[in-house]
Amino acid sequence: MRTMSTDNIASRAEQENQFTTTHHVYEPHKAGLPPLQSYIVELWRRREFAAESSRAGLRAANTMTFFGQLWMVLNPLLLAAVYFILVNVLAGGGRGLDFFASLTAGLFMFYFIQSSMSTGAQSVVGGGKLLLNTAFPRLLMPFSAVRSAWYRFLPTVPVYFIFHLWSGRPFSWATLLVFPFIGMIILFSLGLASLFGALQVYFRDTTAFLPYFSRIWLYMSPVLWTIDDLDGKFLAYAKILQAVNPLFSLLGGYKEALVSGTVPPLSVWVGAFLWSTIVFAIGCLFFMSREREFAVRL
Amino acid sequence: MSSLSVSRPNSTPTPGITVRVENLSIVYRTTFEKVPTFKSAITRFGRGQRAIREIHAIRNVSFDVPDGTFLGIIGSNGAGKSTLMRAIAGILPPTEGRIEVNGRISPLLSLGVGFNPNLSGRENITLGGLAAGLSRKEVEARAEAVTEFAGLGEFIDAQMRTYSSGMYSRLAFSVAVHMDPDILMIDEALSAGDAAFKTKAAAKMQELRDNARAMFLVSHSMASITELCNRAIWLEKGRLMKEGEPQEVIDAYNEYLKVGASAVTLEDL
Repeated sequence: MRTMSTDNIASRAEQENQFTTTHHVYEPHKAGLPPLQSYIVELWRRREFAAESSRAGLRAANTMTFFGQLWMVLNPLLLAAVYFILVNVLAGGGRGLDFFASLTAGLFMFYFIQSSMSTGAQSVVGGGKLLLNTAFPRLLMPFSAVRSAWYRFLPTVPVYFIFHLWSGRPFSWATLLVFPFIGMIILFSLGLASLFGALQVYFRDTTAFLPYFSRIWLYMSPVLWTIDDLDGKFLAYAKILQAVNPLFSLLGGYKEALVSGTVPPLSVWVGAFLWSTIVFAIGCLFFMSREREFAVRL
Repeated sequence: MSSLSVSRPNSTPTPGITVRVENLSIVYRTTFEKVPTFKSAITRFGRGQRAIREIHAIRNVSFDVPDGTFLGIIGSNGAGKSTLMRAIAGILPPTEGRIEVNGRISPLLSLGVGFNPNLSGRENITLGGLAAGLSRKEVEARAEAVTEFAGLGEFIDAQMRTYSSGMYSRLAFSVAVHMDPDILMIDEALSAGDAAFKTKAAAKMQELRDNARAMFLVSHSMASITELCNRAIWLEKGRLMKEGEPQEVIDAYNEYLKVGASAVTLEDL
């Protein structure tokens, strides 16, 4: 009787400071997923690590180049110029500043997603010894990669607004609706980064294959073209793409709110919401179910 | 400290015990490919082969580490010493058995703890501390002491790719001992420091004996084991061969090395 009561006291004290306590029990996991609640709390507690790791990475990235941090703006500008010329050549000229604004809006955001995916894919394998020697929630690695991608995206925002104003695009209350779309795109990117981060551990070819995948994805998304541009045969394919390509709703809604200042239709909202939450859930759950194995796979 | 720990309502710390390992077995499933790729996966699939091999790194090991124990772990290469350390640190999940840990564990200190060579020493100190679960304030409070102890001078702000291996291990050691861990884990990390730093490190470890609750030291230097540890275990091919006073265990190990590892002696144990 007495032993039981002391047991109870001890276990109550245990639960009280579940995350400051230093008592751990490691047992085999058949089910794959770690205990979610404590995982999420730990993830949040160590968010500073993800932030610092991405900050340090960004600092280190351009230190060897002549233009240094200026590349953060130069890169997207040059990229936009390349695609502007390409599309103009293909369309036989006649595309103006108006089109350029819409092109940069989509392209810069697409490159945020693509860069989340590619740095996310590298994040776990690139973590090397840190993963072998320190126990922490591994999801911090791909999340940190998305943060880096986000900070590479931010300098492009003022660049876009210059073109937005220059081409006389409107601002309205509906423009504010970009924020929920940005939120959903970030969620989507976190999911993608985790998914590819885990895949790269098993198939080291993933990162070699990614640039081609993302380029095809770019051409299949309404970034360089809009649905209104399409005619004839391709329009039928576009209908299919609309259903299977998450970027139709995510980037479509984003561009509609930002570039045209109109409220995206309900179907776009629903599509964007479903794609982002589902990809986020699948990416994170897959990653978590695999992360305990990373240490032996590196 | 670790996200991977399972806190069960019926799990209570065993008093007086820092680490308890019960019937621990760890089996890796790994491939012998150097780098796994799609191509090899496809050709293997075509031939109907499975590349996965099971490696029994730890076989049914049990031992207790009471508070105040400085445990030396000895054994040949590939005996499972590092695997055991990683399992206690919560990095590798057990395949069977149970590990109970009461205390905050330092990151496993082995050569090149997890430093990013493109970042400066100072940035790596911050990153290492944050990954280990310290808050930014706690890391900042320790950064100065870490820097000073490592004695790297102005190199602390240089990229770590420019470090010599000795400087590398000095910083690694300094980071680990300044995290105020209850349990310190050191995996052959001192081999690269020079004589002066080794003396300094040994002094620091003596000091830690008074503060830390336990220490694990993997080393091939029997002298450091006898000097620093008050208990030792000897692992061979994943099995616990002997546990006891350091000198006793070392003698048994040396005796075994002279005899040579024949299959018969292994089976007998």
